[in-house]
Amino acid sequence: MVEHRPFLKLFAHLVLILGVVIVAFPVYVAFIASTHKTTDFITGVMPVLPGSDFFSTYKTVIFNGVASSGAPPIGLMLGNSLIMALAISLGKIAISILSAYAIVYFRFPFRQLAFWIIFVTLMLPVEVRIVPTFKVVADLGMLNSYAGLSIPLIASATATFLFRQFFLTVPDELLEAARVDGAGPLKFFKDILLPLSRTNIAALFVILFIYGWNQYLWPLIVTTDSAHYTIVMGIKRMSDVTDAEPQWNLVMAVAILAMLPPVLVVIFMQRLFVKGLVETEK
Amino acid sequence: MAAIDIKGVGKTYVGNVNAVSDISIAIADGEFIVLVGPSGCGKSTLLRMVAGLETITDGTVSIDGRVVNQIEPAERDIAMVFQNYALYPHMSVYDNLAYGLKNRGTPKAEIDARVAEAARMLELQPYLERKPRALSGGQRQRVAMGRAIVRKPAAFLFDEPLSNLDAKLRVTMRGEIKQLQKRLGTTSIYVTHDQLEAMTLADRLVVLNGGRIEQIGAPLEVYHRPASTFVASFIGSPAMNLVKASVTGGEISVGDVETGLRAGLPNGLVIVGLRAEDLRLSDSGAGLPFNVAFVEDLGAQRLLHGYCGEQSVVVAVSPDLPLPEEIRLTIASDRLHFFAADTGKRIEPASV
Repeated sequence: MVEHRPFLKLFAHLVLILGVVIVAFPVYVAFIASTHKTTDFITGVMPVLPGSDFFSTYKTVIFNGVASSGAPPIGLMLGNSLIMALAISLGKIAISILSAYAIVYFRFPFRQLAFWIIFVTLMLPVEVRIVPTFKVVADLGMLNSYAGLSIPLIASATATFLFRQFFLTVPDELLEAARVDGAGPLKFFKDILLPLSRTNIAALFVILFIYGWNQYLWPLIVTTDSAHYTIVMGIKRMSDVTDAEPQWNLVMAVAILAMLPPVLVVIFMQRLFVKGLVETEK
Repeated sequence: MAAIDIKGVGKTYVGNVNAVSDISIAIADGEFIVLVGPSGCGKSTLLRMVAGLETITDGTVSIDGRVVNQIEPAERDIAMVFQNYALYPHMSVYDNLAYGLKNRGTPKAEIDARVAEAARMLELQPYLERKPRALSGGQRQRVAMGRAIVRKPAAFLFDEPLSNLDAKLRVTMRGEIKQLQKRLGTTSIYVTHDQLEAMTLADRLVVLNGGRIEQIGAPLEVYHRPASTFVASFIGSPAMNLVKASVTGGEISVGDVETGLRAGLPNGLVIVGLRAEDLRLSDSGAGLPFNVAFVEDLGAQRLLHGYCGEQSVVVAVSPDLPLPEEIRLTIASDRLHFFAADTGKRIEPASV
């Protein structure tokens, strides 16, 4: 596959550049929009060069909030999103690594059935089961709470499956050596399996954090109290104003800020992330 | 240090698959026992039953007079060396050695002392801080042995520990294992499919076939007096020639050829075992006619592969011996082994 023909090289680069442009352009537009005054958009023509209001827009968004849209200050929403995303990703990892451990290392009746039941839930994403889930959460009195935001999203077949696949590649002799060395089931899990899964956990954390951060439909449904709004649904609320032009510059500034935490997570965990997906350390 | 007593042990897997049946071995304190046999003969299963990694379906295993059938591996006071070493990849060599001791609540100072001692014995001191993946195969093997040594167990169990090493290293490590075992005097059970390893290491050999014991004995005893055709063909390299022959009035003939050899056996068919190195090229013109098919020169030996009539035979001769045009083979009659034609069991001829 590695051929050194200038035309192919050029072509490959063009395709890649085109891809980057398609992905990056909306982000660029959002950023440009956040540096202009609200009035600049009334003409209906988007400016393509940065304006002069970068600092004032971001100052308004971060310190004053956007009072007119009925949304809480952005700091609170970012905090809510962070709590939800962390709870979802850490909860998913904790539950799925334990269930994968049980499925792979313990012989109990209906083990395969248990695995398949977990696996089948892959076919039921949040959107499909949203009405019954809402009913359950409402009956348990978890509306407008962090628990209500995160717990229903924690059960995860994908993560369980990934950990199961990883555990199956760990040689049996390792377990046997640990047994001879006097390590019980919990010790084996804590001292050997968990450290070996480190890179897998990191990779999953990145994926799940972004998944949790980007939740839109579920927070929209379970929160009516603005103290529990998350940033992603907050953006939607801001652009939803009656009898007035939405303040696009502020909305876009919030969107840019909402993008930052996942980007930071990816950047700082990139090394582990790639390692976890590519290599298995044995 | 302890004696291990294996009594009538059997293993039946789900679906009535008999992996091992009715095995009894009494292993003395400090003895080096080698379980040898082809793959699938149940030798690893037997070892794993002694280790406690496999449940025992029949019989009992006792270590130091204590029946251990229901006891967890960790409480059996044994240490095991695995074929693929099974080192903990995320731990340094030191931690690998210390892990078993830590789990037993050994005081830190004693762990340090024992790890240092094992590392000194195995020349691992420079590598204590390294991770297993930064070690060579031989060094990993040493760490695996070190992990067994630090625990000072009653018995070492080796599960084909050398089969992942290259040929040269295997010979070196074989010597080291033997020395170490002699020095520590720890009772050891060693599983291998390599008859050379088995011969060189064992105080006593246990030859297994199809989940049953074919023969137990000192290496030379097994070599010189194999109990069955299976043992005869498995122990020794090149394998013992097994030739179908018939006895009439004490005279042995192969095919239509009378060999001129006599044995105190009743008339009938018999299998005669001939070690390649016991066969001589006859210079008198008498003996069994032999057609050479091909020659293997090993340096110290020259192996002639060929046929006596229909039956294939290997002869080991000195490499500088000139080969005559027409070869006839002779053998001293006290070098013959006899096996029953139907059961393959050894028969002792009455003295003639």
